[in-house]
Amino acid sequence: MTKLKTQSLHKRESELANATTQLEFLANGIFANGELPSFAEKIKSSGQFPLKPKKLEILQINVGYMCNQVCEHCHVDAGPDREEIMTKETMQQCLDVIKNTGAHTLDLTGGAPEMNPNFRWFVEEASKAGIKDFIVRSNLTIMVANKKYHDLPEFFKKHNIHVVSSMPHWTKGKTDKQRGDGVFEASIKALKMLNDIGYGKTESPLKLDLVYNPSGAFLPGDQASLEKDFKNALFEDFGIEFHHLFAITNLPISRFLDYLIASDNYEDYMYSLVEAFNPAAVTNVMCTNTLSVSWDGWLYDCDFNQMLELKVAGKVKHISEYNEVALNNRNIIISQHCYGCTAGAGSSCQGAVAS
Amino acid sequence: MSYYDPKDLRKFGNITEWSEELGTKFFDYYGKVFEEGALTAREKSLIALAVAHTEMCPYCIDAYTKDGLQRGITKEEMMEAVHVGAAIKSGASLVHGVMMMNKVNKLDG
Repeated sequence: MTKLKTQSLHKRESELANATTQLEFLANGIFANGELPSFAEKIKSSGQFPLKPKKLEILQINVGYMCNQVCEHCHVDAGPDREEIMTKETMQQCLDVIKNTGAHTLDLTGGAPEMNPNFRWFVEEASKAGIKDFIVRSNLTIMVANKKYHDLPEFFKKHNIHVVSSMPHWTKGKTDKQRGDGVFEASIKALKMLNDIGYGKTESPLKLDLVYNPSGAFLPGDQASLEKDFKNALFEDFGIEFHHLFAITNLPISRFLDYLIASDNYEDYMYSLVEAFNPAAVTNVMCTNTLSVSWDGWLYDCDFNQMLELKVAGKVKHISEYNEVALNNRNIIISQHCYGCTAGAGSSCQGAVAS
Repeated sequence: MSYYDPKDLRKFGNITEWSEELGTKFFDYYGKVFEEGALTAREKSLIALAVAHTEMCPYCIDAYTKDGLQRGITKEEMMEAVHVGAAIKSGASLVHGVMMMNKVNKLDG
């Protein structure tokens, strides 16, 4: 049994639940007094402004903010109390786009995407479109949370879903600290269920990747080294196998921003991000090859901009009026949170983007 | 105000401004030392943390605690490394007890 960490910022009626408040905070302080350059100034100095999309490769759809967990650093501010859920009508609009997109990857996320009542129907329909890589971001614990989810591994296998799951550490203490009591054990159980039907095995086409994001106010270390340590520890301790580890940086928005401010780590964290700025990571930053769709069908440059309610620039803003050519001509909307994706080896939903 | 300001660590690179050649050589050497070699970067990070404590360098403690967390090093591993440093420090004091014993034996044996 897992135990929730806390409530969402929305439920707590925190000021930081408001996207405008977050953006104002990120624009003020050390960025307003000249201590640190804004992200726009920084990419101007490296000749990368304005940020433009390249070829669309990944269509990422957020089917709702409801989740069975309330992780400490969730950028979505997801939780059981969030009621924003994609309707079947919006899913149908997404399907029309999925059938015609040039993107090779479809990436479903949430919340816990499996909690959307039309999730299985949507996956079945979307898998008919023949997308090369069909990802579902699963928090693992959902598979063991309730009887009705126990067959998810088989369902994923049937539709050749690429499962990508969060795992902040190979130890119970650090995982439960970030994601809630009991989450580590439930995650191990779910990983074993996936391994048992072939997911994550070395030569298996059933892809199982893990996502690591730091449990506190520090940046992720080298992705390849962390992957090695995760693989060794999870195999030695539990016999668990997986394919790749994606190391993702926590962006200073939503619950992680709340944590940074409350723990007096905000300034140091922003300094770390700015000092680690890497122009090579800007070149491959995920908003240049990804489009994010929200539960209500609006289009965003990335999942983070979605949470900050920064809709794409240009005339086409909703899935119902989707036009890939028009969207490809837009300028990407940026703010100080973008430093999170350009620090060190960079960070994206697919992990590091530069060496 | 304390002599040590945590924010000064951010300015460490500035030492190069007043002696460019030596500063650059130092940081090149420093960077090379911590690269993966016969020892892993992870092992080197733990050694650095232990030495940071024996040197009682607040900047180094801040830097290598954070470095350890970034590498996924657990707090239990970090504390064991600190104990290794502390054991060598206390051992280094205690082993001088043999000098005291030698002197006592010579003067009053």
